[in-house]
Parts: sequence; structure tokens; C-alpha cells
Amino acid sequence: MLDERSKFLRRLILKMVDAGGRGHVGSAGSLVEILRALYDSYLQLRPHQPKWEGRDRFILSKGHGCLALYAILADKGFFPMDELLTFCATSSRLGGHPEVKLPGVEASTGALGHGLPIGVGIALAGKIRRQKYRVAVVVGDGEINEGSIWESAMSASKHKLDNLNVFIDYNKMQSYGATSEVMNLEPLADKWRSFGFQVMEANGHDVDDLKSIVKELPEQSDQPSAIICHTIKGKGFSLAEGKAEWHHKSRLSERELLELYRHLE
Amino acid sequence: MRKKSLDCVYNLAKIDERVVFVGSDLGAGVLNAMKEEIPERWFMEGVAEQHIIGMASGLAMEGFIPYVNTIATFLTRRCFEQLVVDVSLHDLPVRLIANGGGVVYAPLGPTHQAIEDIAILRAIPNMTIVAPCDAAEMERLMHTTIEWPGPIYIRLAKGGEEIVSEKKYGFSIGKSILLREPGNVLFVSTGIMTQRTLKAAEHLNDWGCNSGVLHMHTIKPLDQETLLTLSKSVEFVVTVEEHILSGGLGTAVIEAFHDCPTLTMPRVLRLGLPNQFVEEYGSQDGILNNCGLSAEGIANSVRRIL
Repeated sequence: MLDERSKFLRRLILKMVDAGGRGHVGSAGSLVEILRALYDSYLQLRPHQPKWEGRDRFILSKGHGCLALYAILADKGFFPMDELLTFCATSSRLGGHPEVKLPGVEASTGALGHGLPIGVGIALAGKIRRQKYRVAVVVGDGEINEGSIWESAMSASKHKLDNLNVFIDYNKMQSYGATSEVMNLEPLADKWRSFGFQVMEANGHDVDDLKSIVKELPEQSDQPSAIICHTIKGKGFSLAEGKAEWHHKSRLSERELLELYRHLE
Repeated sequence: MRKKSLDCVYNLAKIDERVVFVGSDLGAGVLNAMKEEIPERWFMEGVAEQHIIGMASGLAMEGFIPYVNTIATFLTRRCFEQLVVDVSLHDLPVRLIANGGGVVYAPLGPTHQAIEDIAILRAIPNMTIVAPCDAAEMERLMHTTIEWPGPIYIRLAKGGEEIVSEKKYGFSIGKSILLREPGNVLFVSTGIMTQRTLKAAEHLNDWGCNSGVLHMHTIKPLDQETLLTLSKSVEFVVTVEEHILSGGLGTAVIEAFHDCPTLTMPRVLRLGLPNQFVEEYGSQDGILNNCGLSAEGIANSVRRIL
């Protein structure tokens, strides 16, 4: 069961989908609790000073999950809550993928396989300058089909980036269908381990479970961490849960929206 | 030219803590002195160009100035999306030092011949493209790269080219250099084609045709002001480049003319590599000569249209 905060954030997502007429509903649904754990209990940020030098850096590498990011950023006060209703409007700062023009967005993403290499560079910069900030990158399971993810994983390990934490939103469903059919990722934990990462696994919708893990990061110095978050695509959106066709959805009917809202009351 | 550019990276790194070097899997011993003296800002990241560009972008987001070096085709084709999204969309000061622009790697075949690099990079917003003609100019260029705000693609030649640039002209990114006053022909050349073009201009002079040479070391942003001003008084503009005819310097020059409605457009002859993969090996000289890009070949092409 989702608690009130998780339902509240998902209602914000629905408002954006309603206003913009489209959105990656399924991809956002699996992300909400991961972002809650990070933004409520891990990342050191100053919403009214988004470029504060000492901030932790967060990159949503699976940029198509931006509806969840926008909801939590607005909730934290990075920009006015009303701005959510401009989602995908012509002059909005909230596009279908996140861009740095929006306060709180560290890197513009959307093309997959880009956020982790950038995160490695940012983590490396922190090491060179002996700065204390940490870097968190959320990647999608479909996204890690990209070779660039594994190139950067090798590099993160080589450089002993214990200030880098990769969260894998493992909802086991990519755009076309099940990851097991499109591009099987198993044994996923072993893959990350063999690339030199400390690997942890969590129920990606259990905020307490996630919080207890992030509090311990890094579990071991001199190694980057990978946290495999087992999630459900479209979690909390009754019509969308576990359905590939809700990866991205446009032109939702009023009936569908009402049904989705009803389950979040 | 390559050694000079990398030596400059090392020298810049000594005086500016923002300078970082990132190589892929370069030849043994590259920048060893920097590796030993400044190991925390020297990286050899393996055969992983997509990652390298992303990593360099992350470093640049944190205020560093990364100088990335690998073979031109790998630095442009393999990681094109990273150049667009990571580097250019964020408008970051990443410097891309591309070994073997044009057909420097002639014997290694089409996978290593950077014949379309300028065309594809010209299409990227925020990207600056520079092709110096010799090592002396390379050094002057490198010193200007520290303060240039956005990304720069630096196209390297083979090395050992005759020095034709002169200190007195200085060097500013985006500001072309007139090496020879035009008569009724103005050559516009870039990279090492400038040496050949200067010789071609001599040949034409011997035949009684006065021709000038405008060295367009920066292809983007193009120095339209100088180009358009000089073109007003000439009958022919001849572009010369070690690149396919589509999308490179010649295309940029035509676009500049076309977009200037007040100009009576001169006749334009574009000289370069044909729009096809190179089917020969041999040497850079051999391929260029076979494509009509020797000094004599260039001069003859102009004579035919006069």
C-alpha cells in the first residue's frame, strides 16, 4: 500500500499528464519512492540555492521519468508548484525530458546512456578537488542496454569512485515489453559486481528499505555502489501497472484520468 | 602539430588548474611528463569514446576544461550523440583534439579517414571548428582555447607541415587571416590546404592571374565579415579543403554568400574530396594529388574556369 506522500506525488504526476496531454506515466510510476528516499533522506540540497557548491549532485539518467522528478522538485520548493501545470507547454521549463534550465536539474537527459558517464565526470571532479559532495544517478533497466553505461561503469570502478551511487530502476519492463524478452539483464547483480561495484538490492517501493540502504552509502570505501531497486512499472497508477503500453501515454480520456485519480485518494 | 598541441595542453595544465587531459587508448608514452607531474588531471580512459565525452562533460560542468584527444573519426562518428547532447547542448568548454583530420591516415582506410567530420560537426549548435595550418599556428590557437566559452573541435594534420603562418597576424578564433592579397581570384582555404593553395597562387601568378589566399582556420563560426568584404572585388572565389565537398568549408562559404542579399555573388569553385569514400590507400599526398588537390592541380582547376 502506498502512503499518503506517495499518493500525493503521484497525484502531482497525473496533474502534469492531464495538463500536458501526455507523459511517460509508467516510467515515472516506478521511480517515485526511489526519488522520495533520495530527496527526503539522502541528498544534501538547498532548493532556494540550487547551484550551491556543496550540494550533492543528482542526475536522472532515464530522463523520460521526469514527471516523478518534477513532482519531487516542486514539492521541495525548487520552483513553484503551479509551474507543474505548464508541462510540455510551448514556453515551459518542464519538457518531456528534463533540462538544466529548470532549477534542480543537474544535466539535460533524455537520450539514454548519457547520465552515468556525466556522473562519473562529476564524481571524478569531486575527487580531484577533494570536495565532499556525492553523486547519485538513476538509470532505467532498458537504459542499461546501452554500451556507454558499461563503459562508464568500468571507469567508475577504475577511479574508485565511492562518491558515486547508481540506482537502477529495475521494473523489468522496457518500452516494447519485458526486459527478459527484449534484452535479458540477468544476472544483473553479478554484472555490476563484476564491473567492480558494491551491489545492494531493495524493494524500490519500500521507502524505509530504501532509506536504510542510502544511509549506509558507501558501504565500502574505494568502490562505487549500485543499488538495484526492484520496482513495478506504472506503480500506483491502476490502469498502468505492469503494462508496456503505458510506458508513454498521450491523449488520456477523462474516464481514464478519473480512474487513475480514484485509486490515489 | 599533434605533439605541439599536446605539449600545449601540458603547459596550460601547469599554469591553470582547470585544465584536464583525457585520452582514449593513445600511443605509448603520450604526455608522460604530464602524467608524472600532474597525475590527478591526466586520464587515459580506454577505447570508450562515448563514455569519454560524457565524463569530460561532467568534469566541465564542475568547472574543469577537459582536452580530449583521440583519432578524428572515433571522436566524431562514434560519440556523435554525446557531442550533441552532453557537450553542445550544455555548451561546455570541452576541447576535442582530433588526430588525423582528412586523409592523414590514408593507408588505414576509410574507417580512419575523417572526410566528413567538418560537415557533421558544423550541424551541431554551439560547436566551434578550427583547422590550423601548421604547428606554429597550432600553438597560438591552443593559448586562445582557455578562455573560449563553448566547445571546440581542433582538427589536426599529419605534422611536420611547412610553417606558413606568421606571428604578426596573431590568432583569434573566428577571425580569418589574409595571407595574400587577392586579384580577380580569392582562394579560401583551411588546414594544411593553405600551404598548397599558396603555391597554387604562385603558379597562377606566373600565368598572369593574380590570386589571393584567405586562410580560414576557423570554419565555424565563419568569418563572414572578412569573406564578404574581400569577395566584393573578385570575380572568382575558390574554396580548398581536405574534406568532402558536401557540408564543409565550401558549403559554409556558399551559405554565407547566399544569406547576404546585398552581395553580388561571385562565381564559386569548390575544391575538395569527392562525395564518396576514399577507395585508395597509399599516402595522404597521393590521395590529395589524385583528387586534384596538389598545388598544380588546384591551379589547373582555376585556369580551366578563367
